[in-house]
Amino acid sequence: MNRWYGEYGGRFVPETLIPALEELEAGWQAAQEDPLFRTELDELGRSYGGRPTPLTLCERFAPGKRLWLKREDLLHTGAHKLNNALGQAVLARRLGKRRIVAETGAGQHGVATATVCARFGFECHVYMGIDDMKRQRPNVERMYLLGAEVIPVDFGTRTLKEATSEAIRDWIANVEDTHYLIGSAVGPAPYPAIVRELQAVIGREARGQFLEAEDRLPEAVVACVGGGSNAIGMFAGFLDDEGVRLVGVEAEGAASLSSGRPTVLHGSRSAVLADADGQVEDAHSISAGLDYPGVGPEHAALRDAGRVDYLTADDGEALDACRRLARLEGILPALEPAHALARAATIDDELVLVCLSGRGDKDLDQVTAR
Amino acid sequence: MAGRETPALADAAVEAGADVIEIGFPFSDPLADGPVIRRAGERALAEGMRTDACLACVADIRTRVDVPLIPMTYSSLFEARGWERLAREMHDAGATSTIVADLPAGDRPQLRRVQLVAPTTADERLRLAGENTDGWLYLVTVTGTTGARRGLSPLLEPLVRRARQATRVPLYAGFGISSPEDARAAAELADGVVVGTAAVAAAEAGHNELTELVRSLRRAL
Repeated sequence: MNRWYGEYGGRFVPETLIPALEELEAGWQAAQEDPLFRTELDELGRSYGGRPTPLTLCERFAPGKRLWLKREDLLHTGAHKLNNALGQAVLARRLGKRRIVAETGAGQHGVATATVCARFGFECHVYMGIDDMKRQRPNVERMYLLGAEVIPVDFGTRTLKEATSEAIRDWIANVEDTHYLIGSAVGPAPYPAIVRELQAVIGREARGQFLEAEDRLPEAVVACVGGGSNAIGMFAGFLDDEGVRLVGVEAEGAASLSSGRPTVLHGSRSAVLADADGQVEDAHSISAGLDYPGVGPEHAALRDAGRVDYLTADDGEALDACRRLARLEGILPALEPAHALARAATIDDELVLVCLSGRGDKDLDQVTAR
Repeated sequence: MAGRETPALADAAVEAGADVIEIGFPFSDPLADGPVIRRAGERALAEGMRTDACLACVADIRTRVDVPLIPMTYSSLFEARGWERLAREMHDAGATSTIVADLPAGDRPQLRRVQLVAPTTADERLRLAGENTDGWLYLVTVTGTTGARRGLSPLLEPLVRRARQATRVPLYAGFGISSPEDARAAAELADGVVVGTAAVAAAEAGHNELTELVRSLRRAL
């Protein structure tokens, strides 16, 4: 299995984890070759997740454009994160694990993980920065209700970066019976490849739906990028369509691809917000899900190859896009995809597909406070 | 952990009987480290202990002591500086080898370093690590991060047995060894004992505490 995307990726982890990564790699390959795995996952997606999610045309949000939303906000638990959590839960069961650890920023991955753990009967531990616990309180309550233990991380940035480090440390200590259910297309190989494939359902579905609706492909496909899982899943459906412009949108204060440098964070080499000595810097975004100084290694490779344009949107633009979509289309998006909406409204392309990766109920405090 | 006080502390540790000094170059996201060393790293970074200052610290220690000096850090510092360049600068400052906590055996074999292996490491990788390691092999006695544990890990004995089959290099046991009793028990199995967290905690308390810890460890061996 290829562990690199050009010069990005790899597996930079303590030796203790190497056997677990190799077991995961072998288990994933076996699952990929097993038609029953695909069948079970498709069935779970349909009967439990609510797939396929619809495409919605927005005629008022961006006048003069035909802007379509891929509605991952309508997926069970309210975000695309469930695609990955379901797939990794089936994989963890195949590997004989009984305990799941995860990190969460916005809480959507934590909720998705707690959800699949409830469904599959796994013990569930979710690490979350205390600053994120405050700003995403509803998701913390949901995780408790679903039976997960939420472990506050009260040092360093107190956000997703530190929560990820603590989840990995837990995994190192409990590697025999524990699966680390990483939430984005980041981390050591084979995680970026696993998460990409599990999220690729977004792009595959959206491409077919778009062709059916418009009888042609979109001019541009836009998705927000934190770690980059909804974006890589969406882009996966269109990478081979050379005429389709792919646009990733990072939060301005967390723009690893626009202003980072290549180094190693959380097990892989990618674009990271770091100083000249390799010390990782704090990211700053109103959106907890984008508030991360790293990004999936495949995105760094796609940037270097010139296949994807990575732009930014700031907190104010995201808030504005969030409120406008609510008022003009009756859809309250999460602040993460609001960054994608903000840029989708200003780029020149007219026939645009945006990944609406999650719904905004969790962000009410943020959106109404300002 | 590298810091303003570290050269004097290293001096005291060697005086008290330490045979090798491991010096942490702090990294913002130290995945292999438990809370004590993580906090020491945070403090060092807040004090301005970036790579240049850490190298100067090694050079200062080298003027004081003759024992092997081993900087321990993470890949990101090498990425930022250039792998070959940082290795050369460490060597020029007087370092004997290095440890990169998140660089597994077999990756970048051209970087001479002390390799870590763990209870989860398969025999085949023990052999690989033994072939690639620089001088001795660092046996992680626990599955977990750095930090004191109650009593010596039962996982060390089978790990030593497997490592002896895989390689002839000396085996030093570390992670989770904090007391003279642990050290004595570990030394009956392995060829050396590495005490990290307990030494960092003692050094935070002061020179006398570090000296006392190292003396007590020395007496126990």
